[in-house]
Amino acid sequence: MALKGNLRDFSFSQLLNLISLAKKTGTLEVHGPGKDAIISFDEGKLSYAQNSQNDNGLAAVLLRTEKLTDKQYHVIKDKAENIGDKELGLMLINSNYVTQDEILASLKQEFVSTANDLFTWAEGIFQFENNKKPSPEIISLLINLENIIIEGSRQLQEKERLEDEIPSLDMALKFTETPGTNIRNVNLSVKEWRVVSFINPKNSMRQIARTTKLNEFEFRRIVYSLVQAGLVEIIRPEGTDPPSPKIPTLPVESADEQKSLVNRLITRIRSL
Amino acid sequence: MQTVKMVVTGPFSSGKTQFIQTVSEIDVVATERKISSESERIKETTTVAMDFGRITVDDDLVLYLFGTPGQKRFDFMWEILSEGMLGFVVMVDSSRPETFREARRILETFRAYAPTPYVVTANKQDLPDAWDPSDMRIALRLAPDVKLLPCTATDKESVKNALLELLYSILERMES
Repeated sequence: MALKGNLRDFSFSQLLNLISLAKKTGTLEVHGPGKDAIISFDEGKLSYAQNSQNDNGLAAVLLRTEKLTDKQYHVIKDKAENIGDKELGLMLINSNYVTQDEILASLKQEFVSTANDLFTWAEGIFQFENNKKPSPEIISLLINLENIIIEGSRQLQEKERLEDEIPSLDMALKFTETPGTNIRNVNLSVKEWRVVSFINPKNSMRQIARTTKLNEFEFRRIVYSLVQAGLVEIIRPEGTDPPSPKIPTLPVESADEQKSLVNRLITRIRSL
Repeated sequence: MQTVKMVVTGPFSSGKTQFIQTVSEIDVVATERKISSESERIKETTTVAMDFGRITVDDDLVLYLFGTPGQKRFDFMWEILSEGMLGFVVMVDSSRPETFREARRILETFRAYAPTPYVVTANKQDLPDAWDPSDMRIALRLAPDVKLLPCTATDKESVKNALLELLYSILERMES
């Protein structure tokens, strides 16, 4: 019996829990609005994951985890495009570009990140095909699902909280004008500096996230920490008009009558 | 007969019903039910549709005060209630900082529905563990021009002050 349905009705964490408990082997395909993901499992453990938003080849994964430079990546893409991941991995290890541990750590990070992203999908048609394994040319791993389920659920809660704090990425950022605050004296990570370097009332947060190649979750997390530290504030982007203040709805039309009506209300409230 | 309305909103158990009751000339038409959720069992009952109070100004004019339901699952009521309002009051329980984020979310939602004047009240200031309004301003991330008023919803003068400040803001908006 095929395991299929919609994440709307059966969440990704419930699915992972089921696969883990039943020690299932097979491949889960999820088709969400505008994005797809494929995740393989072996005896209830995560063995492979890919999504439709990224190039999932080994070279691209190593580039994303900064184990390869842009130049090295392009050389590999040009000269070794038709080589499978396993063969490419051996070549890279033998030529001392990366170590085996670095490859495995990068792939683990990539697979877990793809799985974590699925926790945030509110809906998506899924189908689990029993005993379907990934292509033998790709490098598969065996990652316990328990930690992924716990961490994914935690991240989902954090994501919801961050979305509450920063509901729209169409707003912009500007440095606060609090005297005595100097961002140069603050210890920031490389990613945080990348975001900071694009802070300008003309740039929307969405544009900065795109330019810095950060996913929305990572980006919101950075912005939240900068806002909490009092270093930046969220503002309306330059050139966009704020919603015009609305004159309250009153049952009279002329300005004088409206003022008179409000003054009558004031007089009455004072007399209570 | 002309009627105008103001909306009193805020998180669960922030004191909306009491605020309206304190100044309404009629018994508040409250639509309260016993609370079923354990997490929300701070008080025995909660408003599930809306509270409804009235202040007659004169023969021609009546002010209605509508209280929104506090529980999140009744958010769908907000848009209906905000339509045609003169302004709104956001009640915040000063002694429950865990509700501040929810208060901010409510404020932003109402501002999006209708950018009419509003005031924020730091309610339950009579409680020993009430936060100072100046600290609440920072926690709620309110701009300096937003009126944050200390309030005790059981005290008529305090409620009158909140309503008057809102009306002054409305008047200022008309004159600007």
